[in-house]
Amino acid sequence: MKYVLMFVETEQFAADLAAMDDAERERAYARVWQWFTEHADQVTRHVYLMPPEAATTVRLEGGDPVITDGPFVEGKEVVSGFAEVDVPDLDGALRLAKSWPGCPLVEIRPIAST
Amino acid sequence: MSGTAHGELARVVRDHAGRLAAALVSLTGDFATAEDLVQDAVEAAMAHWPAEGIPDRPDAWLFTVARRRGLDLLKREARYRSKLALLQWPTQPEPDDRLRLLFTCCHPALPRTGQIALTLRAVCGLTTAQIARAFLVPESTVGQRITRAKRKITEAGIPYRVPDPDELADRLGEVLAVIYLLFNEGYLTTTGEASHDRDLADEAEFLATLLHRLMPTEPEVMGLLALIRLHQARAAARFDERGGIIQLQDQDRSLWDHAAIEDAGRLIARAAAQRRPAPYQLQAAIVAVHAEARRWQDTDWPQILVLYTMLLGVQPSPITRLHRAVALRYADSPRSALAELDQLAGALEGYHLYHATRAELLRATGHTDAARAEDERALALATNPAEIDLLRQRLQWR
Repeated sequence: MKYVLMFVETEQFAADLAAMDDAERERAYARVWQWFTEHADQVTRHVYLMPPEAATTVRLEGGDPVITDGPFVEGKEVVSGFAEVDVPDLDGALRLAKSWPGCPLVEIRPIAST
Repeated sequence: MSGTAHGELARVVRDHAGRLAAALVSLTGDFATAEDLVQDAVEAAMAHWPAEGIPDRPDAWLFTVARRRGLDLLKREARYRSKLALLQWPTQPEPDDRLRLLFTCCHPALPRTGQIALTLRAVCGLTTAQIARAFLVPESTVGQRITRAKRKITEAGIPYRVPDPDELADRLGEVLAVIYLLFNEGYLTTTGEASHDRDLADEAEFLATLLHRLMPTEPEVMGLLALIRLHQARAAARFDERGGIIQLQDQDRSLWDHAAIEDAGRLIARAAAQRRPAPYQLQAAIVAVHAEARRWQDTDWPQILVLYTMLLGVQPSPITRLHRAVALRYADSPRSALAELDQLAGALEGYHLYHATRAELLRATGHTDAARAEDERALALATNPAEIDLLRQRLQWR
């Protein structure tokens, strides 16, 4: 079964990351890359997103599309990336999410179709 | 149908419905449909058995109804239908699959209310109406919880299996929490009146017994089972004839089931031999010390204090500290218990038993007016009718 793990950053996490010196930040990134390497057989695809300041939202409800700067919802928690994983069941996805060394929130959603 | 016959019917359904549900999920791999079929069979049993009597082979009866219903319902699903058509009862070999059923119903990805409703329906064979009555909520609410939980199981891919060893401790904790909540719900809302057809405390005892049979070496399972049995063993002495609470120190201990208390004590000793102390074992041990005292004056308070201190070590919580303070009152003095309570004021300000306990301690140290004010605060916060009754009496008498 395929799931998407959505990685969610919090303000605190972003602040902690910003407060790190270069060597600490390198180590934090290295842990994340190691996780992807270890689970390469289950992670079928993954992306890391530019920050929400780079987002543009298009509203299509009624009339002409309305284009605005920024994410569709301003929040303290933002999706910073996602990974598509292929595992036998939810427990497999949970096991992966529990070992994630990056941001402090992970939402798991089953993929309905691709 | 008489009360006893009702109880017998409930027991028979409970013994067989969960097994049938487990077997059908294994066979078809479809949790939601299998559970629906069993529920239909249980409702048919409720309709027929009171008048016709319980059949000689209730399991085969339930199976036949579920199977026929399945064949009707699943006309278009050829693969599923053919499996069901080939199925004979009892399935051979017949392992008890209910452990898988329990772990699936209590999966942490389900909300607590869904876990509880699904466990009662799939494992205990309760109908939606019975669950609604037990929790005093509308039937549609329970129906919705069950529908949502089953949809989540299917859509999110919640597996039908016993968790791997590295996950087992966490997942077992989830199952135990559901059983413990059920027990508390049944225990606290009981008023001593003749119980309605299914009592949640009995369901909890059934589930704990089942879990113990399926996982005979788990010390926390033994602990929870012992805890439930110790409370049940003293149930007859808890209420007066009007349904009012009789406090532990005033209970007629000859009404307690002393054989059951001894059994529970042996279970606790077996669990303790594994040297993995944890919350349910320690709570059971505390209740056992109370239950083994022949009179209130004989209570081994220093032992209870030690056990509460251990419990705080494995599960720190203000409520546990409150209970420990009560032990401190008897093991040491009301004054030291009061000092301990003062430190909990912030955390437990809104908890009626904090104020009721403080009232007792103030009274014991001669501060009658302050005690009265605390009892009034407790009364304003209490919601259980029997507890409200008790607090009212206390305010009248003193």
